[in-house]
Amino acid sequence: MEGKKSNFFVQAWLVLVLAMLYGAALAGVHMQFSPKIEENKINETRQKVPELVLGEAQAKAVAAGTLKLNADQSMITVDQGNGRTIAYSVFRASEDGQTKGWVAKASAQGYADKVELLIGMSPKADKITGLFILDQKETPGLGARIVEPSWRGQFIGKSTAHPFQAVKHKADKPYEIDAVTGATISSKTVCGIVNKTVADLKQPLAERLSGAGPAQQ
Amino acid sequence: MADEPTPLERFIQGIIPENPVYRQLLGMCPVLAVTGNMKAAMTMAGAVTFVLLSANVVISLIRGILKPHLRIVVFTLTIATFVTIVDRFLAAYMYSMSKTLGPYIPLIIVNCVIICRCEVCASKQGVITAAADALGQSIGYGLALASIATVREILGAGSFFGIQVLPAAWPGWLIMALPPGAFFTLGMLLGLVNLITAKLNKEKS
Repeated sequence: MEGKKSNFFVQAWLVLVLAMLYGAALAGVHMQFSPKIEENKINETRQKVPELVLGEAQAKAVAAGTLKLNADQSMITVDQGNGRTIAYSVFRASEDGQTKGWVAKASAQGYADKVELLIGMSPKADKITGLFILDQKETPGLGARIVEPSWRGQFIGKSTAHPFQAVKHKADKPYEIDAVTGATISSKTVCGIVNKTVADLKQPLAERLSGAGPAQQ
Repeated sequence: MADEPTPLERFIQGIIPENPVYRQLLGMCPVLAVTGNMKAAMTMAGAVTFVLLSANVVISLIRGILKPHLRIVVFTLTIATFVTIVDRFLAAYMYSMSKTLGPYIPLIIVNCVIICRCEVCASKQGVITAAADALGQSIGYGLALASIATVREILGAGSFFGIQVLPAAWPGWLIMALPPGAFFTLGMLLGLVNLITAKLNKEKS
């Protein structure tokens, strides 16, 4: 027994030593890079906030510095029943303390992998002000076309009173969205995420608006 | 040992005579997956070069204390470490590219080209030979990726390195940007390489 044990360490010492060395090296690399990586992720979202709330033209003014827009991040937890909750990361876009709109991050399973969206909403969450696809791995040329401005732009300015519906024929009702040809699932996924987010957040955002309005600041 | 390949031989062999993609048919997953455009293909080539060079040098340095039956574990451990470094580096400094390449960077860990070079060269020969071997193979791999990406990006999107080279009227062959385009291109180029090799051999004899 004793002999076998020592034999094991004699055999595997190099693997063990290397594993420890590599582990230490990777911990160092992680410490070096992780703040930068986190920053990249938050920056990407934050950069999109002006465009998603104010639209492209005014977003340029924000980028140029002629218009100032603050974006504060917070979490909103929504009870789903059965003891389950969903936490949304929400950015409040404000100008001089006045809420200009909200950007919520939400995701769901698409055709190939998780689809992650940023959804811009008006202060009362009654209108979609912008939509951006943060992450997706849908089929290139088909489902991946949901990232194109011409497609996701369909949502802009639409009322959230009625849930959105992706349709294959020409969209004629105000809540209908033209599905990407050959990518009905990807299109429905995006509509589904938007609908779910609006349904979940309309109430909490309205509460925040009355609580964080200019009167109290 | 006199019959072992010299550093120069190793270097040259990797580029064309033993090209990892066209002659050894190794590491085909990224060859098919990230050759839709030149930028992605060249980032992948750079990542593979770093991992292959680092792994070959480390394995060559510890080849004297390597236990034969545990060598694959050591290879994989070493490769995985360097791949993780590349993955984190890209996420920190080339964020959008890291998002484009997605899972294909972590998948370098199981890229057979690297483990093959550790086994064939680095675990048997000195550091300089191992480094030359890694560089040669990396250049060969990079050239192969570039050849496929050039065809696919030009035919698929009418651009090269993101710059429009074909007139805007070019419809862009969607099929070339999709996975089947990768198979078509690889098959055609592989056939072409074999044809040229066969002709050269005939001339020699």
